[in-house]
Amino acid sequence: MKLVVCIKQVPASNDAKIDPETKRIIREGQKAIMNPFDTYALEEGVRLKEKYGGEVIALSMGLPKAEAVLREAISAGADRGILLSDRAFGGSDTWATSYALAKAIEKIGDVDLVICGKQAIDGDTAQVGPGIASHLDWMQATYVMAVDGIEADTVIVKRMHEDSYDVCELRLPAVLTVVKDINTPRVPTLKGRLAAQKSEIPVWKPEDIGADPDKLGLNGSPTRVVKTQPPEPRHIDTLRIEGAPRECARALVRELKRRGLV
Amino acid sequence: MIAKTGIERAEYRNIWVIAELKSGEIHPVTHELIGAARGLADARNSEVWTVLIGAGASAGSGSLFAYGADTVIVVDDPRLNGFQDELEAKVLVRLIKKYKPEVVLCGATTRGRALIPRVAVAANCGLTADCTGLSIDPETGDLLQTRPAFGGNILATIRCPNHRPQMATVRPRVMKALEPDASRRGRIIRESILDMDTGKGKKIIEIFKSRETALNLSDAQIIVAGGRGMKGPEGFKLLKELASKVGGAVGASRAAVDAGWIPYAHQVGQTGQTVQAKLYIACGISGQIQHLVGMQSCETIVAIDKDPDTTMMQMADIAIIGDILEIIPEIISELDKL
Ligand SMILES: Cc1cc2nc3c(=O)[nH]c(=O)nc-3n(C[C@H](O)[C@H](O)[C@H](O)COP(=O)(O)OP(=O)(O)OC[C@H]3O[C@@H](n4cnc5c(N)ncnc54)[C@H](O)[C@@H]3O)c2cc1C
Ligand SMILES: Nc1ncnc2c1ncn2[C@@H]1O[C@H](COP(=O)(O)O)[C@@H](O)[C@H]1O
Repeated sequence: MKLVVCIKQVPASNDAKIDPETKRIIREGQKAIMNPFDTYALEEGVRLKEKYGGEVIALSMGLPKAEAVLREAISAGADRGILLSDRAFGGSDTWATSYALAKAIEKIGDVDLVICGKQAIDGDTAQVGPGIASHLDWMQATYVMAVDGIEADTVIVKRMHEDSYDVCELRLPAVLTVVKDINTPRVPTLKGRLAAQKSEIPVWKPEDIGADPDKLGLNGSPTRVVKTQPPEPRHIDTLRIEGAPRECARALVRELKRRGLV
Repeated sequence: MIAKTGIERAEYRNIWVIAELKSGEIHPVTHELIGAARGLADARNSEVWTVLIGAGASAGSGSLFAYGADTVIVVDDPRLNGFQDELEAKVLVRLIKKYKPEVVLCGATTRGRALIPRVAVAANCGLTADCTGLSIDPETGDLLQTRPAFGGNILATIRCPNHRPQMATVRPRVMKALEPDASRRGRIIRESILDMDTGKGKKIIEIFKSRETALNLSDAQIIVAGGRGMKGPEGFKLLKELASKVGGAVGASRAAVDAGWIPYAHQVGQTGQTVQAKLYIACGISGQIQHLVGMQSCETIVAIDKDPDTTMMQMADIAIIGDILEIIPEIISELDKL
C-alpha cells in the first residue's frame, strides 16, 4: 500500500487575540501547528500501513516553515515527507490547492489511498479532499469514521451523516477525509523523533510536479477575497440574574417564556 | 468554466439550488436556499431552478414550487440510490454545461460538502463554503459571498469575477425559507442518465439511522451545553434531562469531552461542531475562543456560571450567577409547571 496523508500547517489559535484597534487577528509571534483534524488522518494512515504494509508519505503545501509539520508527521509514524513550496503556490484557493496536491500525488505515483482531515481550522472549507479526488477522477468518501477493511482493489469505509451512518465500498485508488471519531492519535516515540530529525524533506516546485502555472496560486484561483472585516459585535445588554437557585431558575424560565424560547 | 468577458458571462442565467433528499423528504435547507435564490433571481430578472437528483426523486418536486422555485430539473434513476457522490457530481457537471446557470447554491450538509467541491473542480469554477450572506450585483451578476474565516474572527467577502457558474454552500438555518404557497406552479424538466457511462459506482452496503451522530447537533434549535463546571458525568445526566424538557440537544466543551463525561459527538467548537441554535444554554463553560467559534452565532445565549466574569458570561444575553448543579434541577421543576 502506498498511502499519502495531506497535512496543513495552520495558525494555533488557542491564543488568538484580536487587536482592539484594527479588529484583526494578531498573528505576530503566533505559533503554527499541524491542523488538528490532520492528526487523525495521519494516525489512520499509519495504522493502515501497520496492518497492510507499505509506506505513508506526508504531503504538505505551504511556506518553507511548514516543513515542521512534516517532521512531526514522521515522528508520529510517517515514513517520509514532501513539501510543496514556491512563490507560485501562494494565494491558492481550494481549487488551486487541490490541483497542486493532486499533481504531487500523480508525481509520487502508484498511490492507493489519500487521506485528508475533515477540514482545516483556518479556512474551514472541507473542500480540498473532494477537490483532490475530482482532479484525479478517483472515488472519494468524506466524514469517514472507520476504515473497515482493504482488499486487493477496494476499501470499505463507514461514513458519517447528520442523522445516519453508511457503510460503502470504494474502488482504489481513492481519497478519504476523516473525522475525529476514527482513532486516537499516538504520541510520538523517541525513535520517531530521531527519524524526524534525520529525515530529508524534499521541496517540490511547480516544475517538479508538472503543474500548469495558470492553474496555480492566484492565477489558478477562481475565488477572490475582496474584503475582510470583523464580524458585527453582538449587541448585548446582558441581563444578569443572581440569587438563590430557585429564584434564578424562576427568573430564567420567565424570561425565556417572554422571549418565546420555551 | 472560465468566462472572462461580459459576453461569455451573459450566457449564464438563472439561480440554481441543488436539492437534498433526506430519507425521501426534501431537507429544510433546500427550501431555505430557494428563499435566498428567489431574492437573487429577482434582482437579476431571472429564474430559480432546483435540481433534484436521486432514486425516486420525482416524488419530491411538489413543495419546491410552493417555496419559490420556477423550474425543477428531476433526475430520477435507480442507479442514484444512496449517496453516490461521484455519479451525482458527474450528473451535475453535465447539467451545468447544458443549461449554464449563473449561480449554484447547495446546503453545507455532509452531502453538500462532499458533492459540491467535486463539481466545482470539474466544472472549473470557484466555490465559497458556508456563506452567511449572499448578494448579487444586478448589473454584472457577480455574487458577493460573505463567510466567516479564521474561526469566525473575520468575515471575508468573496467574488468569482471570471468564472461561471458561481458556487456557494450555506449551512442549514442561515437563510430564511419563504412562506409556502401551495397554489404556485412551475415547470418540470426530466433528465435521464441512461446514455451516461456511469461506470462501476460506489457500493452502498448498509445504511443505519442514529440520533447520536456528531453532526445532528448542527441541526438543533435549542442546545443545552456543559463544560468543566458540570463536574462529572452526573452533571451531564441533569443536562440531558433539561434538554429533553425543552426539546433540545446536549452540547459540550472539549474539556468535558476530554474528561470522558460525554462522547465527542457532542463537542461544540473549533474541533467539534459549529452550531446555530435559537437558544444556547452554556453551563459551566468559560468561553475559550475555540469553544466560542463554534457557537457564537446562536441567536440567544444563556450562561450559567459561578464566576460572573468569564468571557461566556460577558457575551451572554442572559447570565445567571450561581452553582449550576443547584440551579438546573430548579429550572427543570420550573419547566414542569409550564
Ligand atoms: C487546537 C485546539 C482545538 C480546540 N477545540 C475545541 C473545541 O472544539 N471545543 C471546545 O469547547 N474547546 C476546544 N479547545 C479547548 C478550549 O481551549 C478550552 O480548553 C475549553 O473550551 C474549555 O472548556 P470549559 O469552558 O468547559 O472549561 P473551563 O475553561 O475550565 O471552564 C469551566 C467553567 O465552569 C465554571 N464552574 C465550575 N464549577 C461550577 C459550578 N459548580 N457552578 C457554576 N459554574 C461552575 C467555572 O467558573 C468556569 O467558568 C481546543 C483547544 C485547542 C488547543
Ligand atoms: N496546503 C495544504 N497542504 C496539505 N494538505 C492540505 C492543504 N490544505 C488542505 N489540505 C488537506 O485538506 C483537508 C481539508 O482542508 P480545507 O479544505 O482547507 O478545509 C485538510 O484537513 C488537509 O488534509
